[in-house]
Amino acid sequence: MPKKALEGVKVLELCQMVAGPYCTKLLADLGAEVVKIERPGRGDAARSLPPFFHDMPDPEASGLFLYLNTNKLGITLNVTTATGKGIFQELVKETDVLVEDNPPQWMTKQGLDYERLREINPRIIMASITPFGQTGPYRDYKAYPLNVFQSGGEGYLTPGGVENVDRPPLKVGGFLGEYDSGLSAAIAILAALYWRRKSGGGQRIDISKQESLMALNRLDMVRSANEGEVITRAKQGVPYGGVLPCKDGYTVFITWESVQWDRLVAFMGDPEWANDDMFGDYTGRYKHGELINALLTEWLVNHTQEELYHKGQAAGVPFAMVYTSKDLVDSEHLKERGFFVEIDHPKTGKVKYPSSPYRFSETPCQVMRPSPLLGEHNEEIFARRLGHRQEELSKLGAAGVI
Amino acid sequence: MDSLSGVRIIDFTRYAAGPQITLLLAFMGAEVIKVESMVNIDHFRREEAAVVFGSARAAADCFNSLNASKMSVTLNLTTAGGVELAKRLVHLSDVVVDNFRAGIMDKLGLGYPILREIKPDIIMLSASSHGSTGPESRYIAYAVTMGALSGLSQVTGYAGGPPVIMRSSADLRPGTAAAFAILAALNYRQETGEGQFIDFSAREALSCGIGEIIMDYTMNGRVRSRNGNRDDIMAPHNCYRCKGDDKWVSIAISNDEEWAALCQAMGNPAWTKEERFGDQFSRWRHQDELDELIKAWTINYDHYQVMEMLQRVGVAAAPSFSNEELFNDPHCRERECFTSVQHPEEGELYVLAPAWKFSATPARVTGPAPLLGEHNEYVFGELLGLPEEEIPKLVAEKILY
Repeated sequence: MPKKALEGVKVLELCQMVAGPYCTKLLADLGAEVVKIERPGRGDAARSLPPFFHDMPDPEASGLFLYLNTNKLGITLNVTTATGKGIFQELVKETDVLVEDNPPQWMTKQGLDYERLREINPRIIMASITPFGQTGPYRDYKAYPLNVFQSGGEGYLTPGGVENVDRPPLKVGGFLGEYDSGLSAAIAILAALYWRRKSGGGQRIDISKQESLMALNRLDMVRSANEGEVITRAKQGVPYGGVLPCKDGYTVFITWESVQWDRLVAFMGDPEWANDDMFGDYTGRYKHGELINALLTEWLVNHTQEELYHKGQAAGVPFAMVYTSKDLVDSEHLKERGFFVEIDHPKTGKVKYPSSPYRFSETPCQVMRPSPLLGEHNEEIFARRLGHRQEELSKLGAAGVI
Repeated sequence: MDSLSGVRIIDFTRYAAGPQITLLLAFMGAEVIKVESMVNIDHFRREEAAVVFGSARAAADCFNSLNASKMSVTLNLTTAGGVELAKRLVHLSDVVVDNFRAGIMDKLGLGYPILREIKPDIIMLSASSHGSTGPESRYIAYAVTMGALSGLSQVTGYAGGPPVIMRSSADLRPGTAAAFAILAALNYRQETGEGQFIDFSAREALSCGIGEIIMDYTMNGRVRSRNGNRDDIMAPHNCYRCKGDDKWVSIAISNDEEWAALCQAMGNPAWTKEERFGDQFSRWRHQDELDELIKAWTINYDHYQVMEMLQRVGVAAAPSFSNEELFNDPHCRERECFTSVQHPEEGELYVLAPAWKFSATPARVTGPAPLLGEHNEYVFGELLGLPEEEIPKLVAEKILY
């Protein structure tokens, strides 16, 4: 059996929706043991979000939930009850990392803040993920993924290269900013674990989703302070290239090195217009971008996306395609890369999932189990591990504790 | 105290995605030695960069943002002497990172099998746009094209409009994921003493961020496309024009309670009581009209004002902040999101502070980006122990070049 990068790391998750669960999914997929706490009865709010398997709403068949919670153990526990708190603290005792995404102060109100938990487990690493962090004037502000994305700097610049800014700024993809935040937290957690092995100590980590997003746009963030450059949607885009129409839809390309421009010209069969001096160097091409695009488009519309992508790349020009989700799944390249893995789940049967972008030579990602059914591992965790008796479990269930 | 004190990284990366990887590790205390060369100079150090970014200072600023706190040495890897010195550096290091196209490190004589002979527990991560295997592994890609290949562009844009290209974040996202992978390998090595090789694909990293969109296809055969700011079930859910030039506020409502609070904040205008806005589903169906009506309200206010008014009643609202607004924002100020460094040529430059607040081992920016080859003396003289006379000789021979 292949080894696991995070073997022996025990994570307790008290999160919902995307950011927190994605953070612990990243750890679980590399072999950490993640115990996911969900509210009794309703579970993680993501369970009620589409896409549903065969479009049939079912808390055990949300594609969003299924993707985000692979390889985790699932329990139900109401930590707002006195008994639930007690059980939670028993779990914390055996945990290396607690990840929670409740509003700031919520854990304190529950008597489960870092200072309290540290008394139970001095080595605990507690990571908290919130829209604006644990401090500051926006600390208690409510923010859904759209608001988070717009507060991080990239929203204002999307879409780029528009002629006017009369239309609203956009989000990217579905929940991208939430995935970004989860990844940001996962990095901090691994650094804290690394340090803990050397020093013995745990710590508290405060992760702001807004800051996690700003970090992905770090180049733009300081341009106004350093050069007085306020970057807007109107100022973005590439000098030429980008998304352009072609025979059967859109193509995408960009050239960076001058030699790539030369190759593009050769690829197009050395059109007359390309010889003009005004396109001779980078500065010239940068100035005449719109004209270049118009001239390029005349040629592009006679060629298909596939042709431009593969033949263009063969000619050394950085072409791409606007891939749909179908294109991704059908891609020969991604098939050979093993990017998609098949996971079997009691409700959906076998379905393909995207896996991960890294291939470790010693500790590859492995599928140990699908996302858990609600409360699936209650017996394993509460009875077998913590030693609660079966009769007790049914009483706790009836009382809404688990 | 830093989380990664004592970790030394040899960094062969250039441009954006690669340097982002080692930047994050440097923030956490790793010593990052950037191996550069005039033969293959970083894109931001080139003359074209000044054109692309508007000025030489802007290009230096961008380089600084991505390479603050690192050291720089020059090594000409097209020479045997350069490769030899690179190997000696690896011998003293924990991690090697490159973002050359697949196969280049092997061609240079610095592939993993060789590096593992030199340092058995070395962790090596090779990041490329397409990964090191597969029919497209030699293809060239940049942020713009990776955004398209990953599936992100397809689902970003106005309904009925063209796909939207991604920008530098399509480089920095994969860089961030690669830093995570290295940290996982470091943790594993701490437990077992074993290093390993990590083959990393930037386009795959981006695809992971639309997992549920891909699942809609693998489960249901549905191919999603662009739909502006629309959500599957929330409404209102959009950015609304506010007073001033290109000022917007995002508002998202997920239940009747929040809707009632929004209506209240708007002064309960008569239109809010219309049947077509009566429940969540109905509001979702009539979003276009709803958006126009809300905009007629927001347009009278400053976007910060709208945020305050709505947050006060428990409604999720936040401006679409510009870079300038974030720099001056009271929340960002209190959180100390920006810090400054003294750059030897550009003077004071602001950089974004690290995104995590650790209670015991704070992440930090420790200095500006290095000048080209700035640390040749320290690295080759002190760390490798080359005699003083040796270094100018190597410079003359274009090995340190």
